[in-house]
Amino acid sequence: MTAPLVEMRNISVSFGGIKAVDNVTVDLYPGEVVGLLGHNGAGKSTLIKVLSGAYKRDGGTILINGEEVDINNPRDAKGYGIETIYQALALADNVDAASNLFLGRELMTKWGTLDDVAMEAAARKVMGRLNPNFRRFKEPAKSLSGGQRQSVAIARAILFNARILIMDEPTAALGPQETRMVADLIQELKRQGIGIFLIDHDIHTVMELCDRASVMKNGQLVGTVKVDEVTDDDILGMIILGKKPEKVA
Amino acid sequence: MATEKSLNAPGVQKEGPIRSFLRATELDTRILGMVGALLLIWCTFDILSGLVRPNDGLLGGSFLTPRNLWTLLVQTSSIAVMATGMVLVIVMRQIDLSVGSMLSMLAVAGAVVQVFQLGPWLGVGHPVIWIAGVVTCLIFGTLVGAFNGVLTAYLQIPSFIVTLGGLIAYSGIAFLLASGVTIAPMDRTFDIIGGGVPQSWLGPFWSWLLALLACGLIVLALINGRKQRRKFNFPLRPIWAEVALAAIGAVAVLGTTAVVNSYAWPFMLIKQYAQAHGVTIPPGVQNNDGDAICMAGDQVVRCTEGLIYYTGYSLPVLITLAVGAAMTFVATRTKFGRYIYAIGGNPEAAELAGINTRMVTVKVFALMGFLVGLSAIISSARLDAATNALGQSNELYVIAATVIGGTSLAGGVGTVYGALLGALLMQSIQSGMQLLNLPAAFQNIVVGTVLVLAVFVDQVYRRRVK
Ligand SMILES: Nc1ncnc2c1ncn2[C@@H]1O[C@H](COP(=O)(O)OP(=O)(O)O)[C@@H](O)[C@H]1O
Ligand SMILES: [Mg+2]
Repeated sequence: MTAPLVEMRNISVSFGGIKAVDNVTVDLYPGEVVGLLGHNGAGKSTLIKVLSGAYKRDGGTILINGEEVDINNPRDAKGYGIETIYQALALADNVDAASNLFLGRELMTKWGTLDDVAMEAAARKVMGRLNPNFRRFKEPAKSLSGGQRQSVAIARAILFNARILIMDEPTAALGPQETRMVADLIQELKRQGIGIFLIDHDIHTVMELCDRASVMKNGQLVGTVKVDEVTDDDILGMIILGKKPEKVA
Repeated sequence: MATEKSLNAPGVQKEGPIRSFLRATELDTRILGMVGALLLIWCTFDILSGLVRPNDGLLGGSFLTPRNLWTLLVQTSSIAVMATGMVLVIVMRQIDLSVGSMLSMLAVAGAVVQVFQLGPWLGVGHPVIWIAGVVTCLIFGTLVGAFNGVLTAYLQIPSFIVTLGGLIAYSGIAFLLASGVTIAPMDRTFDIIGGGVPQSWLGPFWSWLLALLACGLIVLALINGRKQRRKFNFPLRPIWAEVALAAIGAVAVLGTTAVVNSYAWPFMLIKQYAQAHGVTIPPGVQNNDGDAICMAGDQVVRCTEGLIYYTGYSLPVLITLAVGAAMTFVATRTKFGRYIYAIGGNPEAAELAGINTRMVTVKVFALMGFLVGLSAIISSARLDAATNALGQSNELYVIAATVIGGTSLAGGVGTVYGALLGALLMQSIQSGMQLLNLPAAFQNIVVGTVLVLAVFVDQVYRRRVK
């Protein structure tokens, strides 16, 4: 068996007195989709924000390809090929779609100035694949609909050859057709060998797209199961009761 | 509703000529509004001053005269230079209240170096002196700005508080450095930067040459932009719109140049120059309305046809224009500028995108400090002196100019050229009221009212555009 792409071991994060994430261990293999499930406030977003460098962990270690790494900010995470689509859409509202796509990794001309035209061209190309109806490249992001903003956020994550992709409720703002598109995209990225952490409220989506599911409750890991070996009800039980089903325990 | 909407789509919709002109040229309507307001204010002051005392202004007053407009540009320089930096500070959702006190402190520091330290040691007029004065102001300014930035970004003290502290503390330091007295005179060469002496005037020939160069650059920029967009098959502006843009730019540049090139040197300076350089002064008839000088018998007198020199652009105005161009470049063409706007739009998103927002914050404040240093040089050179009150209340005028120029205090929105226009507008109102001999208290009331009114109008406009 290959080494895991990511291992998060015994991760803990506290906010004031609250233990938002309490000694949680999860891992992810290349070409694998791992679902993170749990009620609101279970600690899913906090856990993955540790991996993406947005939050600092209070305890635990992160290994990438078996090697321990130190992730202290989003720049570090991007350096390891970790891209994140955040739940609260992280776009700068006042700049246009192309600028948002390339934020932090701008294309430059040979004179060392911003190459806006090249960025717009690249944006048109990648958005053409994700959301063919998208036309509003020149308008500030605040004039975009929820779905359009989401496709910009997704485009940003896949534009830079991520090895590890984190998607925090990527379809929350989308209609059924766009949701389908994201599902297809996940399948494609998986085939390319990218490892994906997928947080989603919809159990059916998770059952369809994921290889394994890790369930959290009150900041703790209830358990990780292979999706093929359990039923929807088993997973629901884990989420609600916080107990691993007997047959796989 | 849906069908109605699609009928209103661009291209299908029937537009008036003004609307379609604005859409095709992509001109910023807010800025057009400001230019309109500026012209209105100028005309009003010219008419009003003409009612008090008729003069040779365009509308019979003394506002729209080359002399007044030339002076207006010079007076605007110091505030305008700082406003270009304040745009970036405010766009990033920060504020710098300390720029006025900092200006006093830097000017005094530069003056102390020139007058008390190097002057006696190297001998008055030594070329190292003015360079040391300039370098002191710029480096000290950059460091103080960076210090403001570090306190804000790394110690997480709100910039309002940091720079409010600076407003109070830096003026204290300025007082101590100056020991409470006026430090003068500055180095002769240093004074050139202030624009008050003939060496700082470009003269008509170079002014025209510079204007032609600027026109050429405008045309080149338009052609280059078009080429770039064609390369990627993006929609292009119609040719007539490109030509119109070039024409508007050229008229603005050439018009301004024509004005500064028709302002003559003051009488005394022409006389001194002619006598010092052995230029023969032609004979003529005395006429006190003229700007030239003539010999009437053995007396040097004013006349209409005689020896005359025109000023052209003065150094502080050229510095301001250069700073404006450089800061526009920084704001729109560099990563640094892009990050400033992104941070202002959504600081969290910027951080998550991997931008080192703290470092950007420090750099913006350092840049602000550098520009305050530049303004300190201009102000003290213009006054030929430095006092601990030189920059008093400047922070208010700088922030007002920036906000009038369309920069939103909520962050993320603002332009450098808007701030330059804002500074010019503020200075126009002040100069106009001085021409009318209105008392200072009344001037303050008007300036304050204009600030609030301008922001109100701007908000109404923004809401309507949405
Ligand atoms: N920045 C924060 N400051 C304080 N508490 C937080 C912060 N982020 C998350 N929390 C708390 O941590 C817990 C887990 O939240 P979160 O990770 O967002 O849950 P989930 O994504 O599973 O819904 C919640 O109790 C939440 O209130
Ligand atoms: Mg969440």
